[in-house]
Amino acid sequence: MSKALPVLAVLGIILAVWYAATVWMNAPQVRQAAARAGVELTTGQVVAATMSEARPLLAAPHQVAAELWKGVTGQPVTSKRSLVYHGWITLQATLTGFGLGIVVGVGLAIAIVWSRVMEASVMPWAVISQTIPIVALAPMIVVLSNSLGLGERLGVENRLVSKTIIAAYLSFFPVLVGMVKGLRSPDAMQVDLLNTWNASPVQGFVKLRLPASMPYFFASLKIAIAAALVGAIVGELPTGAVEGLGARMLVASQFGQPLLMWASLFAAAIVAGVLIVAVGTLQRLTDRRMGVRP
Amino acid sequence: MSALVPAVAFWLAAWGLNIWLAARLRGSARIAVPALFGLAVLALWEGTVRAFAVPEVILPAPTVIAAAFAGNLPILWSDFVQTIVKGAMTGYAMGCGAAVAVAVLIDRSPFLTRGLLPVGNFVAALPVVGVAPIMVMWFGFGWQSKAAVVFAMVFFPVLVNAVAGLAAAERMQRDLMRTYGAGYWPTLWKLRLPAAMPFVFNGLKIATTLAVIGAIVAEFFGSPTRGMGFRISTAVGSLALPMVWAQICVAALAGTAFYGLVAWAEARVTFWHPSQRGRG
Repeated sequence: MSKALPVLAVLGIILAVWYAATVWMNAPQVRQAAARAGVELTTGQVVAATMSEARPLLAAPHQVAAELWKGVTGQPVTSKRSLVYHGWITLQATLTGFGLGIVVGVGLAIAIVWSRVMEASVMPWAVISQTIPIVALAPMIVVLSNSLGLGERLGVENRLVSKTIIAAYLSFFPVLVGMVKGLRSPDAMQVDLLNTWNASPVQGFVKLRLPASMPYFFASLKIAIAAALVGAIVGELPTGAVEGLGARMLVASQFGQPLLMWASLFAAAIVAGVLIVAVGTLQRLTDRRMGVRP
Repeated sequence: MSALVPAVAFWLAAWGLNIWLAARLRGSARIAVPALFGLAVLALWEGTVRAFAVPEVILPAPTVIAAAFAGNLPILWSDFVQTIVKGAMTGYAMGCGAAVAVAVLIDRSPFLTRGLLPVGNFVAALPVVGVAPIMVMWFGFGWQSKAAVVFAMVFFPVLVNAVAGLAAAERMQRDLMRTYGAGYWPTLWKLRLPAAMPFVFNGLKIATTLAVIGAIVAEFFGSPTRGMGFRISTAVGSLALPMVWAQICVAALAGTAFYGLVAWAEARVTFWHPSQRGRG
């Protein structure tokens, strides 16, 4: 309880600031409309009107919640107007990209820990690759995967392929860095002990280095899954995609539907939250399986 | 096939040289090994594109990209100024400044600090780049909306790190300041802010990449007729791919230089920190 109270207080402050900002930002719009209609509004009426604008400059929290609720439950989940449907499209790309990112990141980490040449030549480029803004590459990746027909060859949609690559690109780096650190975390004493037991390098890897790297692995997974979601959303922007939360935001912004924009944004935030909690749960389960006492 | 043979030969030679160099990692080899690796990748790229006559639409050769880069310098420069200097840098400076200021304010209340860390960590993990359409609605198509997106993206990572950093000064050190009769502000200036700097710079380094990403993504939601995001999306539309790759080069160079600048500042400011010592 002593932990929840400060968090709730901070959330309450954020909510209060948000409501105040809603009134402040929407009031000119409301006053203008009233002046045009020739009506005089009291301050109370203005405040009430700012809360229920159809196209607000800043949507009130309850409006966003209502739009979100409508987007989720207002129609069957297979409908193109359902946020669940678009969320699912984005989630697919996120998870496949996340999986690919883990494979690449862990693979490179093992290679780097194994070979000094790999470390010296690959590691600096992995770092540099992260300073390249992926969004600059996103349209290229789409064109590339379309013209190579990667999607058809793998039996999935082309759009999924490009989004997956972008998500994987963003999520592999945290995994790589975390795993290199984790695989190197056993100290010399432990490695020597395995040597005295005549363990082969593979045994040393499976029985000592891999288990030792797990805390680092999960710490980086939490960063990587958030990054993968950002990648999937960004991958939907410049590619002419019509499905997915990112595409939904773009469409809402172009057609002047601020409420839908806010709802999509919060849907993305909720997906991110659920994914992070899921990784946290997985970590706890693994910890218990490995005998970590809380 | 003819172009592929020298490319592969070069790649193998570079690989062999790297194995030899990596065994003697001293000084200049630290730069030579990755540089050779990069050159080998470029050579393989060029060789493959030429050998298989890959159309420019799929993958232009590095030399073609270099030509496009050299031929479009004025456009690239104006896009760079619009997106990186005006959009990303302004938003970055304001966002990081505001985050550190808020961290100092919040630090006075342990109650808020405890509540803020979980919330801040959570928000830092959300896809904040999604606020781009809202910012474009508020601030228009110009660079101001890009700076606002960057502000929103860098604020929480830096805030979380700064709050954690302000707690980094040890009790003994604070007690020492008290025995010197130092009040809150001298303690903050002389002890706690310097002690927080390694954490703050950690946030600042993460924020550099976010800033560049945010500025470019925001341009997909509407921009004036210049800027890197605008140029990339229109160039892809007209299949002017060497131009797109030239923009990617600019983005990569700008991103790396931006990161390098912050890392350089970090080495100057936190020279006393163990991770910076002994680097010469």
